[in-house]
Amino acid sequence: MRILVVEDDPVLSDGLRAGLGMFGATLDVVANCADGRAALAASAFDALVLDLMLPDGSGLDLLAHMRAGGDRTPVLLLTALDEISDRVKGLDAGADDYLGKPFDLDELGARLRAISRRQAGRASPFLSCNGIVLDPAHMSVISGGQIIGLSRREFAVLEALMERPGVLRSKSMIEERLYGWQEEVESNTVEVHVHKLRAKLGRNVIETVRGLGYRMKVGTP
Amino acid sequence: MTSASLRTRLFLILVAATGIIWLFAIGWIYVGTKQEVESVLDARLQEAARMVASLGTGKSVAAPSAETGTDGPAETLIYERQLACQIWSLDGRLVARSRGAPSSNLGGTQTGFSDRRIEGETWRVFTLEDTDRGLRVLVGDRLGVREHLVTDIIKGLLAPTLLIVPLLGFLIWTSLNRGLRPLRRLALELQQRQADDMSPVETGRAPAEILPMMAALNALFSKVESARRHEREVTAFAAHELRTPLAGLKTQAQVAIGTSDGAIRHSALRQIMIAVDRTTRLVRQLLDIANLDALQNPGPDTRLHAGEIVGEIVDAHPAREGLRVEVDPMLNWITFSANAELLVLALRNLFENAVQHTAHPGLVRWSLERRPGEIVVAIEDEGPGIPPDELPLVTRRFYRGRHKSPSGSGLGLTIAELALRANAARLNLVNRTDRPGLRAEVILPRQAEVLHRRDGMPEPDLEIGLATASS
Repeated sequence: MRILVVEDDPVLSDGLRAGLGMFGATLDVVANCADGRAALAASAFDALVLDLMLPDGSGLDLLAHMRAGGDRTPVLLLTALDEISDRVKGLDAGADDYLGKPFDLDELGARLRAISRRQAGRASPFLSCNGIVLDPAHMSVISGGQIIGLSRREFAVLEALMERPGVLRSKSMIEERLYGWQEEVESNTVEVHVHKLRAKLGRNVIETVRGLGYRMKVGTP
Repeated sequence: MTSASLRTRLFLILVAATGIIWLFAIGWIYVGTKQEVESVLDARLQEAARMVASLGTGKSVAAPSAETGTDGPAETLIYERQLACQIWSLDGRLVARSRGAPSSNLGGTQTGFSDRRIEGETWRVFTLEDTDRGLRVLVGDRLGVREHLVTDIIKGLLAPTLLIVPLLGFLIWTSLNRGLRPLRRLALELQQRQADDMSPVETGRAPAEILPMMAALNALFSKVESARRHEREVTAFAAHELRTPLAGLKTQAQVAIGTSDGAIRHSALRQIMIAVDRTTRLVRQLLDIANLDALQNPGPDTRLHAGEIVGEIVDAHPAREGLRVEVDPMLNWITFSANAELLVLALRNLFENAVQHTAHPGLVRWSLERRPGEIVVAIEDEGPGIPPDELPLVTRRFYRGRHKSPSGSGLGLTIAELALRANAARLNLVNRTDRPGLRAEVILPRQAEVLHRRDGMPEPDLEIGLATASS
């Protein structure tokens, strides 16, 4: 999962980067509305974590701007306010969920998974394809009744492919899921991870479309 | 309505005023009528006297007859036989008299009017002397009758008045009720209003007299409303500023617990330390603000040595790599009398603010400036300064502008301003002109004294010193 965090508190955003990274998510962090708008325009995100009080305006303004522009990225609001009216205002402005500060990191992760699942139109918390079952909540993969040990990046590549079985995922799209802006993208990483996944799950699980990308093979056991 | 009913009060005033006017009018009519009646009746006396005189023929004047002199039932009817007539010869014999006229002489000897008391009654008499005929004609009437006439006229006027007064009272009462309706409506609206309803009162059809009151009410409402909004804003900001670092702390703690990577755990723990320091400072500032808000009496002023105070503040601040602090030596020769605690609080917050915004490596400079009537302790930083549109706003609670520092709370400048204000000093924030940065000026009323330095160094030439300091 690639997540954009719009939060101006450096300690909190650093904690989110490390904490959500433990759940296998890739994070980009910006500290104000303007940078948030720019980030949304530049890349696609699976979810947005949005603080309400930002130095250059309210998070609700950014949310309204997104929704007005047809951006359907799921949004979770972080709010320090307890007033029900503020939460109602946030949800009515187009947010998918909210959490009051301070929050539990596990709960934040679960809610982010829930809203991105809903966004993708899936009801089940698991992704499954050809006997492989991926549990995003526990970062675990079961194939042929065996728990398969995967690294964080291998898991992220497999998750990107299994979200839409049979659909082509470009290499750059997979790279985006793996690296935030601040991270240096190593060349051939995707190939390396796909290679390792094939070694662990079986040769025919992932299909290479030469020059375009990869997809999960559907229909053949 | 309560005892101080406006309606009752107005009613009483109106009724009293109307009553007094009526009484005056009646008095006036009484006096006027009386004069008129007197002049008319006097003219009648004169006329009658002339008539009688002209009727008298020749010099044969009959002897007084008993019959004519008989006193009849003179006053059976009030206005009959008002007039009494006597004819005297000039030598003093009563020649004739009318019925009802007294037998004693009615009047004087001169032609003209006179009042006389005869047999317990006052008579008004006109005397006409006819020397040719040797006669004196006296015609008179009783004053009592005249009074009676005037009284009757007044009574005639009073009778309808008694009827009209209750009617008038009723009319006044009902018109008052109608006239005071807008007031009652306003009172009712205010009564029915919810305690927290601060919307303005409808002034649409209100009469001009109560418009100022309604305007004052609406002004009050909007003032209370804006105070409440400000309070809500401050609470919201406080919630944000307190809960955000808590959220950071909790997240970092969970990362430290959850990760198996030693480097990540170490970084998380370091972030926790940073957050704790920041939160500690925020709590201290919140307490400072609460103290300043509750401050009634700042306590006695003491003589403060500027250089010492600044030195202590600078020394107490944790050193930061790449940050240089320069203190104008002129500060060492200045003392001022102020509340030490408040002044240190203000200067410390301004210094912390300057340090926070100065990029490393950078310079924070304390300087002294003397202006007519005031001395200025200035702190200059090498930060981004404050956008001009934000300058008036930055001393608001929790206000953090576009150039905020990541570890700021939005309270430092508020505290500095509050503390200085309680100390009869002023805070002036300006952007530096020589380079980007903020210049925070603490302006103290001038009562500074030049001091000898502690170590016995001679007093410097102040003017030269200031010239170097301000150059």
